[in-house]
Amino acid sequence: MSNTKVKKITDYTSFFRKRFFTIIISSITPMILVSGIILYQFNISYHEKVHAHLAELVLKHKQNIDGFLMEKLADIRVLAKTFGFDELSDEAFLQDRLEILQKGYGPVFVDLGVINSKGVQVAYAGPFKLGKAVYSMAEWFETAMKNEYVISDVFLGLRGLPHFIVTVRNTWKGEPWIIRATIDFVAFNNLVGNIRVGETGFAFILNRKGALQTKPLFDIVPEKGPYLEFMNAELKEKDNVQIVERKDDSGSKDIYVADFLKDGDWLLVYQQKFSDAFSDFHKALKVAFAIIILGGLAITIVAYMLSTRMAYRLARMDKERQMMDEQIVETGKLASGGELAARRAHEINNPVAIMVEEAGWIEDLLEEEDFKEGKNLDEFQRSLNQIRNQGKRCKEITYKLLSFARKTDSTIQEVHLNDMLEELVAISAQRARYSNVTINTNFQGNLPFLEVSLSELQQVFLNLINNALDAMEKTGGILGISSRLEEDHVVVTVEDNGPGIPKANLGRIFDPFFTTKQVGKGTGLGLSICYGIIKKMGGEIEVRSTVDVGATFYVRIPLTKQKGKAQQEDIATA
Amino acid sequence: MKSPLVMLVDDEVPFVETMVKRLEKRNLTVLTAFTGNEALESLGKHRNTDVVILDVKMPGMDGIETLQEIKKKFPLIEVVMLTGHATVESAIEGMKLGAYDYLMKPCDMEQLVTKVDEATRKKKDHEEKIREARVKEALSAHGLE
Repeated sequence: MSNTKVKKITDYTSFFRKRFFTIIISSITPMILVSGIILYQFNISYHEKVHAHLAELVLKHKQNIDGFLMEKLADIRVLAKTFGFDELSDEAFLQDRLEILQKGYGPVFVDLGVINSKGVQVAYAGPFKLGKAVYSMAEWFETAMKNEYVISDVFLGLRGLPHFIVTVRNTWKGEPWIIRATIDFVAFNNLVGNIRVGETGFAFILNRKGALQTKPLFDIVPEKGPYLEFMNAELKEKDNVQIVERKDDSGSKDIYVADFLKDGDWLLVYQQKFSDAFSDFHKALKVAFAIIILGGLAITIVAYMLSTRMAYRLARMDKERQMMDEQIVETGKLASGGELAARRAHEINNPVAIMVEEAGWIEDLLEEEDFKEGKNLDEFQRSLNQIRNQGKRCKEITYKLLSFARKTDSTIQEVHLNDMLEELVAISAQRARYSNVTINTNFQGNLPFLEVSLSELQQVFLNLINNALDAMEKTGGILGISSRLEEDHVVVTVEDNGPGIPKANLGRIFDPFFTTKQVGKGTGLGLSICYGIIKKMGGEIEVRSTVDVGATFYVRIPLTKQKGKAQQEDIATA
Repeated sequence: MKSPLVMLVDDEVPFVETMVKRLEKRNLTVLTAFTGNEALESLGKHRNTDVVILDVKMPGMDGIETLQEIKKKFPLIEVVMLTGHATVESAIEGMKLGAYDYLMKPCDMEQLVTKVDEATRKKKDHEEKIREARVKEALSAHGLE
């Protein structure tokens, strides 16, 4: 039975654990599910939103840049259509034209040049001294001769500065000629360079060979990254904006958005760090995680507190119930045991009383004259005396059995409990040493005097100490004796860590004649006498024990003797 | 002093019979009863009873109940409780309820007679005091003292 008691204690931890995890799982799972789904959906839609936004951005700028280029080209075409080769070959006229253009469109046009079919620049207007330059070997010249109009890639050219040109071919007297305009690189570069989003978003233009056409804000290596893939993708879908997310060498993710310009000659690339593009999303994610973690923490704490409290309550309720059971068992057993013994004793005493009275009656009769002379008178009297004495002996036996009291001095006196306990410890010290038992004492100082019988109290505690020493005789152990004041009574605990008392016996140890000692070694009256004495003092004696852990006796003695005093006086007069 | 009038109450008939003989031999006048009810009835008829020797343990109405009734109806009559030791507790209770004393069975005859004598004396003293008080009351009522 005591095993179930031990098991029960572990049950509380498993109860606690179950309760704890149930609360946590049932609370955290939906929280994580809901937030996970929401975050996932949010992630998708935010992605789409960012992509759409960037695509829109790139598309707009592509149109913008295309528009810019077309406009410049149109200007030059108008110039070529309006005036003939002869007019434009005149450098002064050409200079006028350039000034008009620059007045109308700002300093976008750097210079103008007219080149004949042999590649010789016949006229030039602009800040560079490029008159009569020969372009027959220049790459762009060939292309310009083949096409009606051309917008070139950026190149260094004769002037050694990055620039690009717009050429328009025309025919004069059967011979093709070309008018060429240089577009201000800085102005164009700004057009692209101004595309800035966040901290890391920037744009640049690549030509089909992967050469940079504008100066990117951050260094890029056109051979790396997805730029060439964008070029190749052209074959499939020409008009669509392409979006790719890719990790670079350093492991950080970038988002690339690209679209073709200039009829597929150039590629406008917008590039941004992924973390930057999604910084708002990441911020939201961080907040969400913080909330989840805080929520989880709160749930854990609440679960822990709730479960602890529940387990504690359960344990306390169990303990209370168990204690109540034990106490009921104890008092019930004692009552029944005492009751039974009392009835038996009464039954013995009554016939004995009759026998004694009959003997007494004979004795009375012997006093009469008639018998005084009888020769066996002495024998009669001796025999009657014997009957009376044996009757008294019967009475004494039952008295001893039932009074639960030995020949003790029940005179009430002021007893200093701690001194008395110290004395008992000293008396028991020798025995304790033999049994390898350490006695620890913990007495609360300043205990008030108790008005009780010293020898009775000594008997009680000597009994408890001896029992504890008996219990630990073979194993050794620790005997703890402590005293303390609690409200209106003094509590003395006698605690051992011996083998403990099995639950089956726990309810019976205060019963008279109950003993677990060998026949002849114990009367079974020790604890029932203790019980009787303490009860008489108006106190209480109680035991708690777990097998293999030990047993603890609690003795409560009231400071003000109410019932106890009256009883003791009555007995004294008896 | 006039010999005390004693009533012995016990359910054990042989005990009562012998006790009566022995007590009478010691110049006591003894009435008997075998149950509590019988005792109360008999006391109603013999109001001059001095001492009741009452067994604590009886079937039916037990000694304690009987004692309470006696003390209620005949407060001046003294009661000596007799008990087998097992019922010491109830004897103590009896003392609190006004019994004069208690003795344990089997009791010493001389001791019992002594207790009865003492109880009788106490009762007589009591009665004497009451009488004196009445006289005083009567005298003061007539303005004599």
